[in-house]
Amino acid sequence: MAALLGRSCRKLGFLSSGHGARRSVSTETGKSLNLYSAINQALHIALDSDPRSFVFGEDVGFGGVFRCTTGLAERFGKNRVFNTPLCEQGIVGFGIGLAAMGNRAIVEIQFADYIYPAFDQIVNEAAKFRYRSGNQFNCGGLTIRAPYGAVGHGGHYHSQSPEAFFCHVPGIKVVIPRSPREAKGLLLSCIRDPNPVVFFEPKWLYRQAVEEVPEHDYMIPLSEAEVIREGNDITLVGWGAQLTIMEQACLEAEKEGISCELIDLKTLLPWDKETVEASVKKTGRLLISHEAPITGGFGAEISATILERCFLKLEAPVSRICGLDTPFPLVFEPFYMPTKNKILDAIKTTVNY
Amino acid sequence: MAVWFARSRNLVSSLRHNLCLSTILVKGDYSHHRPIVSTCQLSPTVFLSPYVSSLRHESTAVEKQPDLVQHSDEEDVLQELDFPGGNVGCTSEMKFIPESSSRRIPCYRVLDEDGRIIPNSDYFPVSEKLAVRMYEQMATLQVMDHFFYEAQRQGRISFYITSLGEEAINIASAAALSPEDIVLPQYREPGVLLWRGFTPEEFANQCFGNKADTGKGRQMPVHYGSNRHNYLTISSPIATQLPQAAGVGYSLKMEKKNACAVTFIGDGGTSEGDFHAGLNFAAVMEAPVVFLCRNNGWAISTHTSEQFRSDGIVVKGQAYGIRSIRVDGNDALAVYSAVRSAREMAVTEQRPVLIEAMTYRVGHHSTSDDSAKYRAADEIQHWKTSRNPVNRFKKWVDDNGWWSEEDESELRSNTRKQLLQAIQAAEKCDKQPLKELFNDVYDVKPKNLEEQELGLKELVERQPQDYPPGFHV
Repeated sequence: MAALLGRSCRKLGFLSSGHGARRSVSTETGKSLNLYSAINQALHIALDSDPRSFVFGEDVGFGGVFRCTTGLAERFGKNRVFNTPLCEQGIVGFGIGLAAMGNRAIVEIQFADYIYPAFDQIVNEAAKFRYRSGNQFNCGGLTIRAPYGAVGHGGHYHSQSPEAFFCHVPGIKVVIPRSPREAKGLLLSCIRDPNPVVFFEPKWLYRQAVEEVPEHDYMIPLSEAEVIREGNDITLVGWGAQLTIMEQACLEAEKEGISCELIDLKTLLPWDKETVEASVKKTGRLLISHEAPITGGFGAEISATILERCFLKLEAPVSRICGLDTPFPLVFEPFYMPTKNKILDAIKTTVNY
Repeated sequence: MAVWFARSRNLVSSLRHNLCLSTILVKGDYSHHRPIVSTCQLSPTVFLSPYVSSLRHESTAVEKQPDLVQHSDEEDVLQELDFPGGNVGCTSEMKFIPESSSRRIPCYRVLDEDGRIIPNSDYFPVSEKLAVRMYEQMATLQVMDHFFYEAQRQGRISFYITSLGEEAINIASAAALSPEDIVLPQYREPGVLLWRGFTPEEFANQCFGNKADTGKGRQMPVHYGSNRHNYLTISSPIATQLPQAAGVGYSLKMEKKNACAVTFIGDGGTSEGDFHAGLNFAAVMEAPVVFLCRNNGWAISTHTSEQFRSDGIVVKGQAYGIRSIRVDGNDALAVYSAVRSAREMAVTEQRPVLIEAMTYRVGHHSTSDDSAKYRAADEIQHWKTSRNPVNRFKKWVDDNGWWSEEDESELRSNTRKQLLQAIQAAEKCDKQPLKELFNDVYDVKPKNLEEQELGLKELVERQPQDYPPGFHV
């Protein structure tokens, strides 16, 4: 059955994009896959393991605009894998109805930038479906997948990171993978989790990230953060594609004698406060980085919580290196983004506070 | 600005004269002219560029299409074109579809206002047993509404929504369904739940949010739900249930169940985006869904004249490829027949069906509303009395000899007693335990909620005066 790699993943190597993957404790090998192929594999396994599961959304039939759904319609049939009309509120509403009947509805929103028409269905319906019914009904079988994040040329409407909106909604879960291997295991967990989940996929990594991904069915637990690099001087917390940037900053900081501990949060709601707390109690410093604009971003929640729990252990203010408070710009993207050097500067400032 | 032309042969000849479009195709001309549009000057007073550009489009298509179909029996159609989406005839007559039909879609009814069957009506016969049950339930719904409304006025419950005036829609639609059909209500359909066996006690428990409430006291009164009765829990946002109904219907189709999804909406709710989403999805996915719109004339204080410019809701069905009917919602027999037919079509043909049930909202929108502020008192009175669906059906049941005044007073008095007892019991019943505040947010309580629960327990024990009593920790 599904192998839980959670605990054995604590020292798992990070993204192989240019820096070489550390060998994991587990001797799992696999095929070298990119992110969209790993997601595709997860979807194949999900549909194969539960005949009452469905994949639908705009353009998923031919394989999807990012090829995540390749081969599914041919293998499982158009009754289970199908295109929908261009209507996000309909896609999610239809998915809620399917899930309410005990099916697994794996819904694709073409870009996270277009998820807002479905916000009412997600917040007012999916998130509250179980609670408001006194647990007579639930739509736990609903999983919403959406590509998110900067892609180099996406501008306002193909680059957004809307995770913060959803982290404010009790009743749903929010999960963001950092790599192909993580994505497959996390997505399978999301699909099988008995709660509605929003799964944001870092589109920048669809082709860029390549990693050994075990071919079998495995799940990575939700709400468990992972220390992907150990260190003593400062804790860095991030998720998704940003971790690659943060990791590069950590490597450069190391050359200057600063030992960085890097944590992949993975699940933003409900988030693993204990792992971050334990790390900050060790290092005394925290830096959070995300692409989404800094004001009201999820970094603020992490900062406030850690301040409450670790105040006396902190040697410096919590640092947030995030996107600017602007719509995601096109030509100005390199200036908007929380870059490696912005992070490195902040690491040094924090350590030297 | 588009210029609308009356359908007339003069159009073409006048255009030919005025606009140098001497190559405009006319029926019968076809074989003699190459349909090439010359770039001639348009009369500045007549803005016709859409027309000209469509001609140009046609001429391009024609060049590529050696096989042309000439429909000589069709007045206007000159040839067929195969655009994506299928063949469509084309015409050189510029004719706009009018914004409305000369005649509104008629309303299907079986019983006249005196409760007599209109001769030659189509309808499913209703047995004495069924008719009496339907009548009893309509009367019960009326009594229940009055009791709970009064309870709110007395401050015993916080809120209530009546279904006064819509008893026929509530009960007759429920009677026409099978218990396996999954119902996704809006909020003015408690009669469907009543029909399926939800007791007065259960209604009262939800309104009081007490320990016995299966909804666990989480929502305002009237937000009923019951998985035992295949009645999904009501939520306040309007029309959100419509695309969900499409998904439910699709699930039933996949499971090959002899059942459909049935979902309700008011006239106001059809303006929501979810109405469009729900109907379109159900049509495209070929899902067995019955969409039942209660057009009761008012969305709180907004009259239908401020809600849409169409001929009500029924005409929108065809726009989605959905079979539709308009029915007299105050005629229980018509509603019964229409819903039964629609249900059968939905299940056997695996398609959605739209029913627009015309009715009137006799009561206020809710206990938070005073409709006298925006409606004439005599209008309300008219619908409460001479157009009352309960009286109308009663007449028919009476005339058949199936009901008497003794039955009537016995029913009303028993129901009153039952409701009084139910309300008193619900009021006295224990409150929900405090732990139910934290359960069911997820399937399993996450750490943050465990912490918050501990914190709150400690706080309540320390400062009980800050909190309402009776919620056991």
